[in-house]
Amino acid sequence: MTSPTEPFDQIREKISGYILSESSFRGESSFIVASASIVKCCSRLKNTLGFTYLADLTVVDYLTVKFPRYEVVYLLHRFGDSYEENLRIRLKVALEQDDPAIDSVTSVWSGANWLEREAYDMFGITFRGHPDPRRILMPDDYDHFPLRKDFDVRDRESSKRCFKRALDEGLE
Amino acid sequence: MGVSSGPLLGGDGFLTTKISAVANWGRKHSLWPMAFGTACCAIEMMGTFSSRFDIARFGAEAVRFSPRQADLMIVSGTITYKMASVCRRIYEQMPEPKWVIAMGSCTCGGGPFDSYAVVQGIDEFLPVDVYVGGCPPRPEALIDAVMKIQKKIENEGPPIV
Repeated sequence: MTSPTEPFDQIREKISGYILSESSFRGESSFIVASASIVKCCSRLKNTLGFTYLADLTVVDYLTVKFPRYEVVYLLHRFGDSYEENLRIRLKVALEQDDPAIDSVTSVWSGANWLEREAYDMFGITFRGHPDPRRILMPDDYDHFPLRKDFDVRDRESSKRCFKRALDEGLE
Repeated sequence: MGVSSGPLLGGDGFLTTKISAVANWGRKHSLWPMAFGTACCAIEMMGTFSSRFDIARFGAEAVRFSPRQADLMIVSGTITYKMASVCRRIYEQMPEPKWVIAMGSCTCGGGPFDSYAVVQGIDEFLPVDVYVGGCPPRPEALIDAVMKIQKKIENEGPPIV
């Protein structure tokens, strides 16, 4: 019988060149990856280790809690026949406060397209090489990145301005 | 309107009125709602339209999803600023005379969403006739709102021809 950690150890071995460090919380591991090697790391995980599904791509803003300020989080899933093979792993990439940017993984998973647009929309992370780098939820002329922790979540001024603009354009 | 059913007329009776008053009476009992459902209140609105609560008893069962065929806009659900311009345009596409019901806490005042994206009450951009509080309001509350609209139409009097 294989131990539940065995496939995990194999993965760690295969991508060890890209991993800076590893953190564990309640039995779940996260790999910290350097931002320069994220695309290589992801394509290896997809093409040789079978992580065909990018379950989620999101960002955490630690503001003053942690340095560097931003962390891009990739949740990957591998569909396997057995319980041990059916795996979910987590990659994290730390990004600096000034002009946070990272390479897009849309070349690996096309499903990353909208996830990266949302990450840009809410946190202002630039994804280099993204095929369609527009906002996805907020209006195109919106001024802020609303999920950044230094944004006042009750600030409706920019929304009102965009609403008025949309109304005027519609009436023309 | 005056009604007479005296024995001189053989018990059939007759009715004196103006055509505009009859038109207004008909309008009151034939509201055509435009269902602008954007969130969970819309589910309660569907419940109100269907057989158990049956808004047909008040003559408002002909729901239209084209604003050009409707005269009562029921805004049921959270309205974001991005949706607000759409909502306003749809309102403007409705022919006069027209009425608006703000259904639920979100449309009345933003509800729990005191955030950058959510309009704090649709009266920021629409002339609301009746507000229905609740999260969501029960069908009886929406029926009451329709009855209040009917009362309002009655009090407004016939349209100026």
